[in-house]
Amino acid sequence: MSQVTAWRQATEEPRWVRHALITVALAFLALFLVLPLSVVLYGAFEQGLSVWYAAITEPDAAAAIRLTLLVVAIVVPLNVIFGVAAAWAIAKFRFRGRSLLISLIDLPFAISPVVVGLIFVLLLGSQGWLGPWLASHDLRIIFAVPGIVIAIIFGTLPFVARELIPLMQEQGIEEEESALTLGASGWKTFWHVTLPNIKWGLLYGIILCNARAMGEFGSVAIVSGRIRGETNTMPLHIEVLYNEYMFTAAFAVSSLLAGLALVTIAIKSYIEWRDAGQRRHG
Amino acid sequence: MAIALSASAAPRNVLPGFGLTMGFTLFYLGFIILIPIAGLLLYTLQMSWADFWAAVSHPQVVASYRLSFGGSLVAATINLVFGAIVAWVLVRYRFPGKRIVDALVDLPFAMPTAVAGIALVTLYASTGWVGQYLDIFGIRVAYTQLGVIVALTYIGLPFVVRTVQPVLEDLEPELEEAAAIMGASRWTTVRRIILPALLPSLLTGFTLAFARAVGEYGSVIFISGNLPYATEITPLLIVAKAEQYDYAGAAAIGTVMLLAAFALLVAINALQWWTSRRLGASS
Repeated sequence: MSQVTAWRQATEEPRWVRHALITVALAFLALFLVLPLSVVLYGAFEQGLSVWYAAITEPDAAAAIRLTLLVVAIVVPLNVIFGVAAAWAIAKFRFRGRSLLISLIDLPFAISPVVVGLIFVLLLGSQGWLGPWLASHDLRIIFAVPGIVIAIIFGTLPFVARELIPLMQEQGIEEEESALTLGASGWKTFWHVTLPNIKWGLLYGIILCNARAMGEFGSVAIVSGRIRGETNTMPLHIEVLYNEYMFTAAFAVSSLLAGLALVTIAIKSYIEWRDAGQRRHG
Repeated sequence: MAIALSASAAPRNVLPGFGLTMGFTLFYLGFIILIPIAGLLLYTLQMSWADFWAAVSHPQVVASYRLSFGGSLVAATINLVFGAIVAWVLVRYRFPGKRIVDALVDLPFAMPTAVAGIALVTLYASTGWVGQYLDIFGIRVAYTQLGVIVALTYIGLPFVVRTVQPVLEDLEPELEEAAAIMGASRWTTVRRIILPALLPSLLTGFTLAFARAVGEYGSVIFISGNLPYATEITPLLIVAKAEQYDYAGAAAIGTVMLLAAFALLVAINALQWWTSRRLGASS
């Protein structure tokens, strides 16, 4: 046996092991990732484009799409402001209780979406803590759009912050310090120094927050009351269609959200590929 | 809440905006997360112990804990084994389409759970693409506990891969080479050098997948069929009780789930601390 093959045998796996592991990994991912995605797209377009188009433009579906877009138009900007503010405080300054604060931001990841919905029904529902006060002021939050917005804010709160904190920490504060020393104001420093440095991470945080907000299901199922054409978001509408055996329509609406999920992961890998390229050349 | 409001440890930090951003962060977290959670706990505390215990120890609820926690454990174990293999293959080997495969691993993070739910039940129904072949062998997945495990595996798939991948990338090849020079076989090197180095990240990924699965609702309820005592998960019972306006019952079970989530979060933080200490020690 030559020395080269002996060395290979000691530091690499035999060829058959490599092929077996690649096959196992690809089979697992095909079964769990590719097949579910394919069945959605197949179900959506099985009966042709016109049936697909009719399913997503039918009044209840259109109402669900409009409501979902309205909700993310409120939720995403709020969570972006929170994410940037939290990342600025946590990544650019040192203070006691910092890791506790990061754990608090992570909390929505750990809590079941169903419990999130329940929490807001108990707080804001007609029998909840603030129920009588809200009723006396003629404010309706649960079984209405504001409840959906609050539940989704809770569920998607960590995404932007979690994307930005490690990024801004890695970049340190030297660039901002020099800008300030040269006489730039705090806002100017943020817009012209910090923001360009974090824009790709911020973009991914926004798009992930957006995808998760549009797809939020468990918490919305509880707070929305599932009023058709009124408080049904896209995922709830999909559930209604599926339970009424309207499978093609359910998959048609699903295909929009699946497409959004694909765009989301495509943007993520583009950003990672860009970063890796910069690291190699930079 | 003992978060010091002054950036005391960095006296020469000239950056502005600490008070504003920290104030807004605490305000937002307080109103969106802390006060509402405290509301649930207070609601439960107002119940008598007998009512609370009756709600959380009803046999139907206990059967759902067994499925939610047991099924999540099985699903997280499947993800531990296959996630480790996927991470290894993605970091160490070259094959065509690797970049696309790598990107696809994140799909369960981005895919709405309801969409995943109807996709999985359609695949595994006895007429579905996968179900019809399993049917030949008498294996039923849709509307059984096996279906719940399939959905929970799907939802937890990215966690082990994404926690192990960076650790594997940073692993020093010198260690493996040294082991080889000293006469260790490849299998011994994997077992004695590589696996111990990956252990903290493997456990972190496992716990993250488990925590996500325990609370999961959307992807499970379609494939599970929701038969009482057999295929009902705990989150489903909370929804059912809330829909029947049994808020006390829902709050009691919700509190159990919330406390389980807190415990898991503490475990995850400890594991992540262990992982980063290992990483720090090796570089």
